[in-house]
Amino acid sequence: MSVKLNTRQIGDVSVVDVAGRITLGEGSSTLRDSLREMVGKGQKKILLNLGEVSYIDSSGIGELVSAFTTVTNGGGQLKLLNLTKRVKDLLQITKLYTVFDVHDSEVTAIRSFV
Amino acid sequence: MREDSLQTPETVERFLDSTLESVDSAEELAVGVAQRAGFDEDDVVKIGMAVRESMVNAVVHGNRYNSNKKVRFSMANNTERFTVRIADEGDGFDFSRLPDPLSPGNLMRTSGRGIFLVRSFMDEFQIRRLEPAGTEVTLVKYRMSK
Repeated sequence: MSVKLNTRQIGDVSVVDVAGRITLGEGSSTLRDSLREMVGKGQKKILLNLGEVSYIDSSGIGELVSAFTTVTNGGGQLKLLNLTKRVKDLLQITKLYTVFDVHDSEVTAIRSFV
Repeated sequence: MREDSLQTPETVERFLDSTLESVDSAEELAVGVAQRAGFDEDDVVKIGMAVRESMVNAVVHGNRYNSNKKVRFSMANNTERFTVRIADEGDGFDFSRLPDPLSPGNLMRTSGRGIFLVRSFMDEFQIRRLEPAGTEVTLVKYRMSK
């Protein structure tokens, strides 16, 4: 299974429900293209719900970093929600866990956007 | 590790095309052998990820998706260790100067974490230049790592 995305709007926050594998190839490029489109449309508040992400490789991590940089440099905010243990461990190993604003609750996450 | 893990040594050798499909295939093979070897789920995942990262390096950076170049993928499992070797036919690179993905200047790079993750997941990692061409990595997971 590659990656499937579902985008919904909660106020001015775009929540992207990500499911599947974010790996080099179709998985990471699908996520990249979707986020680029959102940024291009002026979306400033993006919450990536990774609760259904079963697998992520270093390329997928690279896409998260790229997305964070792109959104942040554009004056926006990108946050992460519902990390599985596997994804959390990877972000911690790579010292990226503290770079992202990570939440376990969607309500709390949405409220945290400035 | 499961007490009832199979003790039968298992070896696999494949010559794979330089495609992303081969990356998936190698990962699946490694996960299957690791499961049959009795590794727990956490170690099976780590082995699979290490194989994936190494295969990506071989396909993308080594062989550059060249359809004329193969990746040699082999696994050997015995009572003491699970060993994976992945060799490409590329031009090689200076692996003595790999950037540290954890250094502040590299932390926000979008690439460069593959080998670091392999070293984190496996008990041993070796890399060597092949003659006349190519690079081979050796990944080892001890059967009694926990």
